[in-house]
Amino acid sequence: MSEHNEQLVHDEATEGHIVSPKVYVAIFLTLLFFTGLTAAASYIEMGPFNAIVALAIAVTKATLVVLFFMHIKYSPKLTKLTVGSGIFMFLVLVAMTLSDYFTRAWGRW
Amino acid sequence: MSDSQTLVQAEHAHPPYQRHHFGSMEQQVDATSFAMWLFLLTEIMFFGGMFTAYLIYRNWYYPAFVAGSHQLSMLWGTLNTSVLITSSFTMAMGVWSAQMRKKRLLLFFLVLTFVLGIIFLGIKSIEYTEKIEKHHVPGFHYSVQSFVNPATDPVAVAAGDKPLPLDMARHTEIYFSLYFLLTGMHALHMIIGVSILAFMIFRAKAGAYTNGHVTFVENFGLYWHFVDIIWIFLYPLLYLISRHQ
Repeated sequence: MSEHNEQLVHDEATEGHIVSPKVYVAIFLTLLFFTGLTAAASYIEMGPFNAIVALAIAVTKATLVVLFFMHIKYSPKLTKLTVGSGIFMFLVLVAMTLSDYFTRAWGRW
Repeated sequence: MSDSQTLVQAEHAHPPYQRHHFGSMEQQVDATSFAMWLFLLTEIMFFGGMFTAYLIYRNWYYPAFVAGSHQLSMLWGTLNTSVLITSSFTMAMGVWSAQMRKKRLLLFFLVLTFVLGIIFLGIKSIEYTEKIEKHHVPGFHYSVQSFVNPATDPVAVAAGDKPLPLDMARHTEIYFSLYFLLTGMHALHMIIGVSILAFMIFRAKAGAYTNGHVTFVENFGLYWHFVDIIWIFLYPLLYLISRHQ
């Protein structure tokens, strides 16, 4: 077993793309910064934009996690397409449901 | 050994952890991560249904959601977000350690991730205890006192809450139902994750994952980051609805 392994040290196909710890540290610090930012933003009166800012920051943080911590940036096209189409499908389902609920009372008042 | 036998052996040379129905290790790794992502997509749909329910009720009973949100502790919520993001970072470093075949470092990061997961659950249980003590758990003992008469509740006074009419105050129970549903399902995923981490720590001690076969660590990392992403959305939606009014 060990003979096999010595020939296979850092085989790209076996172990995937290796992301440098520097990238992980940079993403980690950015995520902490955005956490502070979103907490601070919730104390500022922005009307309907409070929800938009909070969600925009959450989407940014999630995108960073997916791209770097979850290695999607370095993944094969099949994986990228799977993730992209899945999230798109999810957004379609939410948008259709909400457009129904939010418009049910239109014209009834 | 004849020439033909040598040829067969050369063609058959592959790591012991490669399954025979895969043509190459690359194919096996791609297929496994594809499968893991399909599982995570079903998880997105699962949490997505609950998020959608949240969005509908928040739109209908916004004042109740604001008052309910004010009952959550900014300190615990923000601290827990940081704890979970840190655990995601240590997990990513664990995957890196496995890829670099550093056994001691892998053990260190797995244990750190495990401890941070336990800290998260500990803080969550402190928050749940507060809710139980104030009768903010939906059910027969639910109390609308903090919302009908905020002057009696120091937390509501600090947030500057105005009294809600009784019918709107009763809808805070919907907010807390969604709060316990969402954070409860998230906590269940954390408990499952921490359990798998404990298993991985024992396996890693025995030398697993640092022999070139990192698939299990890599895919568990995907799960752990996914649970982190769910919290990244729960935090602003539950804690930060409106801290300024």
